[in-house]
Amino acid sequence: MTDVRVAGVGLTPFGSHPERSGRDLFGEAALRAFEDAAVDRADVEELNYGNFMGALAEHQGHQAPLMAEAAGVSCPATRYESACASAGVAVREAVRTVAAGDADVVLAGGMERMTNLPTDEVTEGLAIAADDLYEVRAGVTFPGAYALMANAYFDAYGGSREDLAHVASKNHENALPNEYAQYRKEVSVAEAMDAPPVAEPLHLYDACPITDGASALVLVSEEYAAEHDLDASVAVTGTGQGTDRMALGDREHLARTPAADDAADAAYADAGVEAADVDVAEVHDCFTIAEVLALESLGLFEPGEGISAAREGITTADGDLPVNLSGGLKAKGHPVGATGGSQIAELTRLLRGDHPNSEHVPDAEVGVAHNAGGTVASAVVHVLEVAE
Amino acid sequence: MSDDGADAADASSPTDRAYAEWLDALADGDGFAVVCPEGHGSLPPRRVCPECGSPELSREPLDETGTVETYSVVHVPSPRFAADAPYATAVVDFGPTRLTGIVRDGGADDEAPAVEIGDTVAVDVGERATDGERLVVFRPADGEPPTEGE
Repeated sequence: MTDVRVAGVGLTPFGSHPERSGRDLFGEAALRAFEDAAVDRADVEELNYGNFMGALAEHQGHQAPLMAEAAGVSCPATRYESACASAGVAVREAVRTVAAGDADVVLAGGMERMTNLPTDEVTEGLAIAADDLYEVRAGVTFPGAYALMANAYFDAYGGSREDLAHVASKNHENALPNEYAQYRKEVSVAEAMDAPPVAEPLHLYDACPITDGASALVLVSEEYAAEHDLDASVAVTGTGQGTDRMALGDREHLARTPAADDAADAAYADAGVEAADVDVAEVHDCFTIAEVLALESLGLFEPGEGISAAREGITTADGDLPVNLSGGLKAKGHPVGATGGSQIAELTRLLRGDHPNSEHVPDAEVGVAHNAGGTVASAVVHVLEVAE
Repeated sequence: MSDDGADAADASSPTDRAYAEWLDALADGDGFAVVCPEGHGSLPPRRVCPECGSPELSREPLDETGTVETYSVVHVPSPRFAADAPYATAVVDFGPTRLTGIVRDGGADDEAPAVEIGDTVAVDVGERATDGERLVVFRPADGEPPTEGE
């Protein structure tokens, strides 16, 4: 086993780019990642690429060879799909490949185009990440599924819409200085409370936006980084994945996400760290309640205590444990198949000290990224550490 | 899709047939779960129990009424539910398994009633207002809650 280093990260600005093709978006992210890494693209041995709904959005399946062309790499290329965790699983397999000594350089990330579709088609497209027979045909939408979890949470542990509004307001605040964020505007708790309902108790500002974008990471072995004298100070030290029953109604608990518990346990064990060691986190806040569930699955808060973390200022930029300093999916945006790679790109920048919000975590040594698919039937967790 | 509400024999794939057959049973008041010897309940089609992998599955009746475990009033629907919104979706415990569906009051307009966690409901098959496609519908049920004190 070797250490896996993040040699470079690349992102497109997240937002509405209906006129740009998927290959253009991923090509830009890869170009930036190679510039950041100073790695010769001829050394890339594999491309692991995440994408969820390209067949619907672009009428384009079999995207991995296309994205290898867009990135200018000639190597085995594979597309990974796990709904909103597509890039998370792509990165995880890249980490495992390098850690196992099967490759020294892997390009990993993902891309999603969404805004070229009408909103109702995006809603329909995202719904296919749920169980078609027993959820979608029963009227469950993607926001509706998280709304079911939110009401189950309130019933089990307490909490209110206002607690969730604090999560939205915090993440919008964090996105303000982030040049890659889709929404760089403040949203007050009152504005979030007054927004129209989507699926009660979730309202407009509880939901992430519809986003186009791409992410790319150049992951290398510690030996490769040393041989090539790379500036690769951040290591991916732990990876874990969990799977749960597809339909929410088949889960043991409607207000918890055990797949993420499993992913976190595995990632912490792999890294040899504990939840208490975590200094900063990027978590999958596709809806505000999802951030709460993530914090509890990661062991950063006990079940029932994550709901008040933002309101009490614990997870704000100046709190003890800043969460989603990038702005999160909520404000930075959520190009579904790119998000898992984007979270690790942002965490790397935060730990390296070159993120616009790094000033809030100057001494951070350990970061954790949490990426979820569907209503967390899939979950991937990575631990990043400052290695030198 | 058939125009008279998906007769099992007309459904287009084995998965659709199993689902249509299950809906037919539900509509006849014979709703069932498939249950393994360990007592894990699930919904068809199944070859093995999703919890333990047992291939020994039998059909067991659902409880006559169920308890609402969570719900949401959906205001922004998918296109297939465009004319149904706003509607109340709920996850309901029916003994051997939970079901997900839409709560309607059964009155003239079949509107969404106020729903609370813990409410007792019965299950039926209704139609989507948008396109007439069949779906799982819950109706408020008066009387005793299902078996207490287990």
